[in-house]
Amino acid sequence: MKQLLILSGKGGTGKTTVASAFIKLAKAKAYADCDVDAPNLHLAIHHPQKPKNTEFFGMKKANIDNAICTRCGLCETHCRFDAITSVDGYKVDEYACEGCGVCRMVCPENAISLVPHVAGNLILYKSDTVFSTALLKMGSGNSGMLVSKVKKQLIEANVDSDIVIIDGSPGIGCPVIASITGVDMVLIVTEPTISGISDLKRIVKTAEIFQVKVAVCINKYDINLENTKQIEVLCDALKLPLTTGIPYDIMAVQAVNEGMTIVDVACASGSAVRKVMSETMTILNG
Amino acid sequence: MENKHLKIAILSGKGGTGKTLVSVNLASVADYAKYIDCDVEEPNGHLFFKPIGSRTKDVCVGVPRVDQSMCNGCRKCVDFCQFNALVYVGNKLKILDELCHSCGGCMLVCPKKALHETKLKIGEIVCGVSDHVAVVSGILKEGETSGVPIIRQLLGYANGQMDYTFIDCPPGSACTVMESIKVADYCVIVAEPTVFGVHNLNMVYELVKLFNKTHGVVLNKCIDGQNLAEDFCLKNKINVIGKIPFDETLGLMNSNGIIVANELDAYKKIFNSLLEKITKEIDDEAAIDLKR
Repeated sequence: MKQLLILSGKGGTGKTTVASAFIKLAKAKAYADCDVDAPNLHLAIHHPQKPKNTEFFGMKKANIDNAICTRCGLCETHCRFDAITSVDGYKVDEYACEGCGVCRMVCPENAISLVPHVAGNLILYKSDTVFSTALLKMGSGNSGMLVSKVKKQLIEANVDSDIVIIDGSPGIGCPVIASITGVDMVLIVTEPTISGISDLKRIVKTAEIFQVKVAVCINKYDINLENTKQIEVLCDALKLPLTTGIPYDIMAVQAVNEGMTIVDVACASGSAVRKVMSETMTILNG
Repeated sequence: MENKHLKIAILSGKGGTGKTLVSVNLASVADYAKYIDCDVEEPNGHLFFKPIGSRTKDVCVGVPRVDQSMCNGCRKCVDFCQFNALVYVGNKLKILDELCHSCGGCMLVCPKKALHETKLKIGEIVCGVSDHVAVVSGILKEGETSGVPIIRQLLGYANGQMDYTFIDCPPGSACTVMESIKVADYCVIVAEPTVFGVHNLNMVYELVKLFNKTHGVVLNKCIDGQNLAEDFCLKNKINVIGKIPFDETLGLMNSNGIIVANELDAYKKIFNSLLEKITKEIDDEAAIDLKR
């Protein structure tokens, strides 16, 4: 069972469009959406089963019992996250609190406890194919932890699949790092814009730290051929394999808006992604 | 209209909808503006502004270091740490920097005072000038997990003397976005007319409501015909403050890092009227607040 993760650095380059097409083409029996901040894969891939939802508890949060609190202020002094406010009694800002427990330790009256806190929802669709996804509660931290749970939930569903396809999140920070851990290969979907190129360099550097196999696919390659050339030169210099490019295609937008993938309709981007898929599989299994 | 020092956050939920496009162009049409790039994982505004005279400041977090000769192996720090950043193996205390949240608890709990704090660089803040725009970018080092400490420092730059400060937010609706909009007087949500765009617009709309922020939506990449994002706004009575057409010329210029409002009159007009609208909405809201 090999795990393929789709990343991009920059958002909106086409991770989910490519991931959903791959899932269809590979007839993958196991797939996940690790973009827990803004999950979209479920809008393109429709699993026949109703999902099972489980509450996701992130880090605990501090809670101050104002009946015991003597207003000494030690908690406020020691909190490094400015999570304790002292207007009308001492209170914890649940969005700022990281659950470190320093306030509880310094409180001379034992007025502070750490209480469980729901930080999102884990979602699992399961039949003979399994789809693991999640939704982080707004404004919440713990996205890396939730990503790890999404992957754990997928593996524990124990479906026999040659390939696992994981749709990742944009950026290079905690959810991305949590999603990279343990995968066999990362396919980076980029676009020929100066932002896309800059972010490509950053995600490549991040993937290098975790020593994972990387390939690059240029989406909408024909919107700026000069920048596409620049990416080709960059990949050559970094010795990164480059797949066939995917052209800009208004049909792709329409397919997505109708809840389909680009391989469900006859279109130029759909033909290109078939080649991208077979090239990716060769690299993954090579 | 003098000394208003307005802080405007630009956010989107989904990535790639045009946050940076809207932020850099709004800053360019304002008389004196500051642009703060809080998208520290993928800061791209500076690619458009190409600021000069840049100064760089390191952003560090505190992480504990142990004096092994003073450590008696009691493991109070290990038990205390909620993030499992300390482990005791082979009669030695080990610190896993990447798990540390810099809460300082281990140093407080150590009965032997064997732990002290050292600084670890997680990224940098680069300040420069581009024409009449002060450009401040936060950059997270590759391999680091959390940009929140950088964002917190970046927001310290929002209290300048400029008429307008534009805060370019990260995508999503998690803690980094929440930090970025905390100081904002107004939130501009940039949305694209796709099923994905609408789904994420809904999430970020809930976030601005939760934090009680005055807000408006800019519809980007608009084509003729039905617009899913606009339908969503109409249905939920969300204020649409501007529309940017799907335009290949715009796309090409933007992909080359050109600020379109500086080059094309049509876009100068679009962003000027957008800025006027935002300013008016903030003024109106302030007037309502005064009545209360």
